[in-house]
Amino acid sequence: MDQKMKKQLIRIIIAFLLVIVSFLIKFENELYNNILYIIAYIIVGYDIVLKAIRNIFKGKVFDENFLMTVATIGAFCIKEFPEAVAVMLFYQVGELFQSYAVDKSRKSVASLMDIRPDYANVYRDDEIEKVDPDEVNIGEIILVKPGEKIPLDGIVIEGESMLNTQALTGESVPRKVTLNDEVLSGCINNDGILKIKVTKEFGESTVSKILDLVENASSRKSKSENFISKFAKYYTPIVVIIAILLAIIPPIIGASFNDWLYRSLSFLVVSCPCALVISIPLSFFGGIGAASKIGVLVKGSNYLEALASTEIVVCDKTGTLTEGVFKVQKIEAIGFSEEVLLKYATYAESFSNHPISLSLKQTYGKEINEKLVTKTKEISGEGVEALVNGKIVLVGNEKLMKEYNIKYQKSKEVGTIIYVAINNEFAGTILIADKIKDNSYKAIKLFKNNNVKKIVMLTGDRENISKDVADKLELDEYHAELLPQDKVSWVEKLMTQKSSNGKLVFIGDGINDAPVLALSDIGVAMGALGSDAAIEAADVVIMTDEPSKIANSIQISKKTMRIVKQNIIFAISVKIIVLVLSALGIASMWSAVFADVGVSILAILNALRILKIKNAF
Amino acid sequence: MKKYKFKIKNLDCVNCANELESALQKIDIIENVSISFMTQKLFFECAEEDKEQALEKIKKIIKKEEPDVVIEEV
Repeated sequence: MDQKMKKQLIRIIIAFLLVIVSFLIKFENELYNNILYIIAYIIVGYDIVLKAIRNIFKGKVFDENFLMTVATIGAFCIKEFPEAVAVMLFYQVGELFQSYAVDKSRKSVASLMDIRPDYANVYRDDEIEKVDPDEVNIGEIILVKPGEKIPLDGIVIEGESMLNTQALTGESVPRKVTLNDEVLSGCINNDGILKIKVTKEFGESTVSKILDLVENASSRKSKSENFISKFAKYYTPIVVIIAILLAIIPPIIGASFNDWLYRSLSFLVVSCPCALVISIPLSFFGGIGAASKIGVLVKGSNYLEALASTEIVVCDKTGTLTEGVFKVQKIEAIGFSEEVLLKYATYAESFSNHPISLSLKQTYGKEINEKLVTKTKEISGEGVEALVNGKIVLVGNEKLMKEYNIKYQKSKEVGTIIYVAINNEFAGTILIADKIKDNSYKAIKLFKNNNVKKIVMLTGDRENISKDVADKLELDEYHAELLPQDKVSWVEKLMTQKSSNGKLVFIGDGINDAPVLALSDIGVAMGALGSDAAIEAADVVIMTDEPSKIANSIQISKKTMRIVKQNIIFAISVKIIVLVLSALGIASMWSAVFADVGVSILAILNALRILKIKNAF
Repeated sequence: MKKYKFKIKNLDCVNCANELESALQKIDIIENVSISFMTQKLFFECAEEDKEQALEKIKKIIKKEEPDVVIEEV
């Protein structure tokens, strides 16, 4: 609570005590009670009255300060002293609570995003200087000790350590970095001491970009926000006009002026729009904060709103649903152990730069004694023949086996299959394929649980491989062997298949996806840490490579929208009910104050629930 | 067109922010004006050479609508 709020709280407490005293002690002369009320009123409401007077000269009569002042002074005029003070008192309580809640949620979203480094240790003239990250130049060397945040993006030139990337990616497993590895600002250095050569200025570094993104998100307003501000624009004048009519017309036809003025003043109390309006942006702000906590950056309240009505999810395959790395997935050895088969195949392929050779070497993982490999012969489009440790080894596709008349067994696996023969005997197969991410299964399930009607995969990859992935993941549709322009036309086609309020989400790795990202309702770039182009083109950025994070964002979005709707319906209906009851003379000014302040407090408390979602996943 | 971002201080309530936003939207040389009450930021776009003139117009409207409000470049 800051100084301003504390001062306001003290004023409220003093005024409240005065009201209690005046309520409990009945002076013989009522005048003393009333003087106490007036003093309480002045203490708690003088600033509102001053602002109201200032606004009259500007012709701003629908301003809430003005409305509250008229309502309370009116109440004094018809000798409703306690009501007059109570309205002002509760109004101020509401205002105080509102600024407290907004301040608190700003702080908690800021702490969710607690990645801004306070300083950098930079080497200058052989000494370490502690400076603002803003003052460090590209090319300078910085030192990051255990427990410190990495202040700027750079490359490790000395040391190794485990990095905690949780604040950036929501990923709890630490990442190992060593010499020549790229490191991103915002990560926390867990154990080792790192010397880092700075590659980006602070303003361009990952931390600044992320903070900027989240901050700018609130500038793109959602439909709900626009609705409520439009509503407020009409609501207040209408209620005020009715209030004036209530005070004038019935007395003309002979009803009690005081009675109807009282009803009219209740109207003025309920006419203030702010209580109604505050909870909506607060909810979206909280939702965006909750999403960034799990490593998802939503670039606007409008996108967060739209995610809730996701009907069709379109995914890229390679790198999105699959890992995008070709690895040895399966070895079937005949007459040898798997390890020996892999060894012979890797040795035979060792002189090749083919991706298959790289995958084999990576899996084999041991030093290769090149002296053992002789007479290597590449047979274009078929494979390799080599003499390894005195044995003739053939490594290649089916054509190679046929060419050498090897009796082989055809593999039923999907992917790139490598047939191996040793000394003209078939020795087995090695399957090299891209692997479906474990997380993809979870993601698809979560999408389906969240009312996504259709999940489609679009890929440039071969038909049989794509079918295998689509079947394993139980996707609704897949389209393979597509060129980039085909992807665009498929997304165009799919856009017509959703219902009028439904949304299409496209998830890709952000590379070469720009047209599709722009075309879909919500474009999601995955694993986009460090890729500026992807961050620029997408509406939502997932910092890790887990597609399930998008499903989680849909959940956050749905929860946010539920709360937004609850608040809109609750606030508007309570206000209308109280208006009707006051017009009929049933509701007192007390209930009018509840309709204004009480509703606002409840709506704010409801909105703050969104921040609690942070540990749900 | 260049995007600008300013810190906007002493905004009392969301509705005041919304009203100020619609008043600022009437300035002809700036576009995509938006005020975020939650982050206390003013966003707008304008041609680089018009920036000073735009700021003058913005400040004039702020003075009329919400005299307590001040803006600062970030």
